[in-house]
Amino acid sequence: MSSKTHVQTRINGEDVEFLCEPRQSLLECLRDVLGLTGTKEGCNDGNCGACTVNMDGRIVDSCLVLGVEAEGAEITTIEGVASADGLHPIQQAFLENAGLQCGICTPGFIISSKALLEAEPEPTEGRIRLWLAGNLCRCTGYDKIVRAVTDASEKMASA
Amino acid sequence: MKWTDYEKAESVEEAVRLLAAGGGSARALAGGTDLLPKARGGVFETNLIVDVKGIPELNVLSYDAGKGLTLGAAVPCYKIYADADVKANYPGIMDAATLIGGIQIQGRASIGGNLCNSGPSADSIPVLIALGATANIEGPDGSRQVAVEDFCTGPSKNVLKTGELLVSLSIPAPAANSGARYLRFIPRNEMDIAVVGVGVSVELDNGNFKSARLALAAVGPTPLFVKAVGAALAGKPANDETIAAAGQIAKGAATPITDMRGTIEYRKHLCDVLTRRALSTAVNRAKGGE
Repeated sequence: MSSKTHVQTRINGEDVEFLCEPRQSLLECLRDVLGLTGTKEGCNDGNCGACTVNMDGRIVDSCLVLGVEAEGAEITTIEGVASADGLHPIQQAFLENAGLQCGICTPGFIISSKALLEAEPEPTEGRIRLWLAGNLCRCTGYDKIVRAVTDASEKMASA
Repeated sequence: MKWTDYEKAESVEEAVRLLAAGGGSARALAGGTDLLPKARGGVFETNLIVDVKGIPELNVLSYDAGKGLTLGAAVPCYKIYADADVKANYPGIMDAATLIGGIQIQGRASIGGNLCNSGPSADSIPVLIALGATANIEGPDGSRQVAVEDFCTGPSKNVLKTGELLVSLSIPAPAANSGARYLRFIPRNEMDIAVVGVGVSVELDNGNFKSARLALAAVGPTPLFVKAVGAALAGKPANDETIAAAGQIAKGAATPITDMRGTIEYRKHLCDVLTRRALSTAVNRAKGGE
């Protein structure tokens, strides 16, 4: 029997309800059911990190989470990063440091970088590269991304 | 993905009942980082996913200086490596838990799941074998314990029967003057599958090996427990000569294949090198070093 399951969750600070099939990933639910298309699909098997979201305080690949597992969870996607006042300092730093080209990997990198800077406000280059190892970028060569995260870290510390 | 149902089990009994009722096509879900890509990719067909990560017994992470560590099968890696007792007593488990996947994977993946996935290259299994860990299993016919070195029976195959669930792992408390290490070779810095992995634990007594256990990853159809290393090292001085001999034993015991990650010859060479390096670090740790 294939019936849809009712899921209650919180996404970007708002209570959200949706219906999904048990086999659907959280990524599919975000994009195809809820229309939150900021989260990107890359490899769909947990290697590339394009679909990274924050779930209950941890970053996860949303392609490796079932939509039904979001029941009762607190999720932040890229749509929840900027505020009404403007871009988040990490987003601003990615722009200023040219930390993106095609942009497909960027939402995942921003979510991962945000979790890193919340856990470790002043990470070394090594820690940044370790934390972002689960996010692949085929355009930038990573250096500009690392510089963007360092820049954001410094600006957030002095803010 | 063809499965049609999802159940969140609240207790071990409920999970066992659901898994047994589902026959061979029901699958237990903890972190899902191996299960979901396999289900999606058609590696196996399943009609029921039983989510077991909400079960209290599968979330235990407790240490007792006498009994050792009880590690619930669904405890994700990030909780394992953030645990003060694991940090203080199980450096070999720290090695493995911090290098499985990236931060995203570590937020979900469990060592219990790594064991049940039973990949020959699994990063956590060699060190579990080296530490003498035991798998605590519940099933329709009751509970049983299996030594981790006997758990895997082939690539992606293990001793779990239909309806059986891995509940936790018991890992003995480290002896005085003991140390452990997991080391793997990958061509990248992070996020890769071991070409070869080596898990070791040693116990020293006045500069001699009192005991040693070593297991290899990615050089056979299952993680490979190399008992001969322990037999060769016991009672011998912990020095470059005995460690080099252990490297040769590990190299000789390995039965790798040639694939995209490395050739037979390359992997056997790595067994020697990684065994020496892992033993040296374990000896150093047994002496109180890093």
